[in-house]
Amino acid sequence: MLALRLLLREWRSGELGVLLAALSIAVAALTGVGFLVDRIDAAIDLQAREVLAADLRLRSRNPMVSHIFDEAARRGVASARVASLLTVVFHGEQSQLANIRAVSSGYPLRGRVRISSQPFTAGHETRAIPGRGEVWADSRLLAATGAQIGSPLSIGTATLKVTQVLISRPDQGGAFSDLAPNLIINDADLPGTQLIQPGSRVGYAALFAGDKAMVAAFKTWLAANKQPGERLMDVEEASPQIHTAVDRAGRFLSLASLVSVLLCCIAVAMSARRYVQRHLDVVALMKTLGATRRLTLTVSYLQLLCIALLATAIGSLVGFGVQEWLLHALRGLFATELPAASAAPLALGLLAAVAVLSGFALPPLLQLSRVPALRVLRRDIGPPPTLVLLAFGPAVLVILGLIAWVVRELRLFLQVSAGLVVFIAVLTLAGLALVSVAGRLRTSVGVSWRYGIANLSRRRAESVLQIACFGTGLMVLLVLGLVHGDLLDDWRRALPVDAPNYFFINIPADKRVEFVQFLQAQGGRTTRVLPMIRGRMTQIRGRPIATLALQGERGEEFSQREQNLTWTPTLGDDNAIVAGRWWTANDTGKPLVSVATEYAESLNIHVGDTLSFDIAGEPLTATVASIRKVKWDSFQPNFFLVFAPGVLDETAGSYLTSAFLRPEQARSLAQLAKRFPGVSIFDIDDMLTQVRTMADKAALAVQSVFLFTLFAGLTVLLAAVQASRDQRRFESAILRTLGASRRVVALGVIAEFLTLGLLAGALAAAGASIGGYFLATRVLQIPYTLDQRVWLVGVLGGAALVAISGWIATRSVVHQPPLATLRTNYQ
Amino acid sequence: MPSAQAQNHRESVLKAEALTKQVSSPEGPLTIVNAVSLEIMAGESVAILGESGAGKSTLLALLAGLDDPTSGRIILAGTDLTSLDEDGRARLRAQRVGFVFQSFHLVPALTALENVMLPLELTGTRNAAAAALDSLTRVGLGLRARHYPRQLSGGEQQRVALARAFVTQPAVLFADEPTGNLDAVTGERIAERLFELNSAVGTTLVLVTHEESLAQRCARQLRMSAGRLV
Repeated sequence: MLALRLLLREWRSGELGVLLAALSIAVAALTGVGFLVDRIDAAIDLQAREVLAADLRLRSRNPMVSHIFDEAARRGVASARVASLLTVVFHGEQSQLANIRAVSSGYPLRGRVRISSQPFTAGHETRAIPGRGEVWADSRLLAATGAQIGSPLSIGTATLKVTQVLISRPDQGGAFSDLAPNLIINDADLPGTQLIQPGSRVGYAALFAGDKAMVAAFKTWLAANKQPGERLMDVEEASPQIHTAVDRAGRFLSLASLVSVLLCCIAVAMSARRYVQRHLDVVALMKTLGATRRLTLTVSYLQLLCIALLATAIGSLVGFGVQEWLLHALRGLFATELPAASAAPLALGLLAAVAVLSGFALPPLLQLSRVPALRVLRRDIGPPPTLVLLAFGPAVLVILGLIAWVVRELRLFLQVSAGLVVFIAVLTLAGLALVSVAGRLRTSVGVSWRYGIANLSRRRAESVLQIACFGTGLMVLLVLGLVHGDLLDDWRRALPVDAPNYFFINIPADKRVEFVQFLQAQGGRTTRVLPMIRGRMTQIRGRPIATLALQGERGEEFSQREQNLTWTPTLGDDNAIVAGRWWTANDTGKPLVSVATEYAESLNIHVGDTLSFDIAGEPLTATVASIRKVKWDSFQPNFFLVFAPGVLDETAGSYLTSAFLRPEQARSLAQLAKRFPGVSIFDIDDMLTQVRTMADKAALAVQSVFLFTLFAGLTVLLAAVQASRDQRRFESAILRTLGASRRVVALGVIAEFLTLGLLAGALAAAGASIGGYFLATRVLQIPYTLDQRVWLVGVLGGAALVAISGWIATRSVVHQPPLATLRTNYQ
Repeated sequence: MPSAQAQNHRESVLKAEALTKQVSSPEGPLTIVNAVSLEIMAGESVAILGESGAGKSTLLALLAGLDDPTSGRIILAGTDLTSLDEDGRARLRAQRVGFVFQSFHLVPALTALENVMLPLELTGTRNAAAAALDSLTRVGLGLRARHYPRQLSGGEQQRVALARAFVTQPAVLFADEPTGNLDAVTGERIAERLFELNSAVGTTLVLVTHEESLAQRCARQLRMSAGRLV
């Protein structure tokens, strides 16, 4: 209780304000990002479950054995079956290739099917499935065949009646094969269609869902008992790319928030140091009056714990508010409503607060408890000196611990830690140089400026620290604020004005000539038309993919996913051979393949290597004849893997092409869609706009996280001002006693902070220019033009912000009557 | 109280035996207090006089258990101080010892009342606020209880320090140049107040000063020179 009372009394004195502010900002930065990533992750999980229409999905080319369903039922796990195949359905004379799904009751186990009585409407959710003899067909299928509700559809040898319009099903997927119109039937009607014959391409899926633990246990059982050729997918696997992307974005945002946390650590350390200096006498007195060391330690621990709890509460509230605001700003990026955040980030915030205090405030506070009582008689006596290791060890450990926790990868941890050391060294050197340059100017300025600049030079270490910390906050904001917006614009401007702006996919092989003629008749400028089939790579140089140790996530991705394959006799002008040779007419029919550089590098493929594929169930082994550098932003059809003509020609597939259409020509696309209903049209301009919107929103998220960095920089400034307050008060009193007016002293203080802000701004602008240059030329590989606004905003903004903050923090010092200061005998 | 004082008068409350304090210096070991032996009886008032550097403040620090002697023994209120560790000495001080310092040593963040409450809170005394207010009233500052040290004059601050020193009714009160930071008139008033309280509470007073007039108010004067009692 005594400790709490003392804390309350300390709190009233305002000594702990900066410490609490710094810690709250650190917690806010961490929890804000934590809440955001937590909610987005949960939303992706939810979406992934919907994509699977289940928690677990077992896929196979063969019918599932029934005992797995029995086992699921025994374990209390719900199950459902889906069989899917592509076939042509008829409505009278009209026919259309459609993706048929025969589903059992319970489908879908996750997500909902939407149906309607009218095509092209939003529809409503249903828990039912089509009854026997019924079919739910989607709007496109109905439009293509001219059928409507009540119409009979011939599917194989059966005729089923359309009873609902299928608006959407959760497991629609984005693969090109899923782009065919959809229909759902009851799985009891499937045998009657007689579509399932030896050799027919039917995909079977078993869906399972239930309690998390039960599903996890069932997954283990299923993995051990599944048949060869059966593939098990869970939520993680359902959307590996988006999970990776969110994980990466989350780690980047956490790293960004770590910059704020590190600056806050400095503010916390400075505040704690001042607190200790100010409390040496008090602790000595308490010991003289009978306080034991244990009591003073307890007081310190309890005070720190209370501060940590308070900072966690304030910081988490701010973090949650910022996250809510961010999600509001980012709305549209997520398809669904985001689930509520979990409490995990709160625990994380508290943990971080305790860690920061333990690393940066506890060592000086422990020192404080060691001050001898004798100090009440001899003020020159302080606490016994501590080992450097004990003084700085915890701080270094906490920083390394925080970095390790955020990056969770040894190599990145080492890179970030080394980067931090270099960054600190460069900033310190730059800060030192700036302070000494400013120091030389003081002979040529008036008395107030001379006093202000002299202060900067005299408190050199503190000045450099403030310039570096505040400069860092401003720098990251400048890089993001002024560089990101221009990058996409620059890139878009660099593209030729008549670059293709529409992609057409799923063009039926027999209609491709007609399709291109149609486009050209509308005035469209078409590009090459390439066939497309899907295949999975199985071996490289005769070794199964699964046994190869692949470097990097991209290699894994390339090796695991089904690839789009094509063949062509001619090399496009947007492709350049970098190794091997392109095929000639003599190579037609030879199993040769040309590989794009990205693909070759990720999978370590060279000319002469053999690659084996599974294409529509047929094995094919081809030799790498060449490696191509592809100019992807030509917006012409391009593939990672291109085969020589005559190898895959027999395989059924569809075609794709791209074209440039002026806005007035684009109106004919409606006609085109009607005439070629199976063809999917992608508007590149729309996609680019979406990319731009997403980039803007992502930048906003990062900027708001870095805004914390700026605030953290400000707390360092406040901590430094607080640390020098007694000295400033004394100097101000001396100056005023010597006859300086309040105005001169005030101007001196403003001059000091204005110079500090100018220097921090200059450092930030220089850093942002260099950072922007590297970002543009090295990472994004686009030309970089120096933006003068960086300097204007950096220098002027920095000067204004620091001058105002510094003046607010010190004005009480200037306004205090000199006699009061000299009387209190501060040294 | 006077009767209690008379009863205790013959008991020894503070005893030092061959007390020596040496510190190391660039010129070799320096003896600040040299084989000092003394005995002070309960209720007695003793002044330790001497020039600056004579070792009187160091002697006071040793007697109060604020510092460790290099050799020798101190018995304070029946307990051998030299056998206690730092925390043990602190606990003994909390129960039996009061202090008044030259530079007042009030905690700036605490009000006058809270400063006086502090020693009571450290011993876990109940009704600390009431006792502290009573003590403040006895030094004439009952109406300034909510004021912070910076809002009080030097004399008032020292009166708060006196209220704090006497609030626990200590067996021994150590005063280190209690009027040293005050002007003559204020110093005189503070000294008056100190001796008044001392006689009212029956506390043993050990006063370190270089002021002859203040020392003469004490029943006994001990003089120090070069670390020895002379």
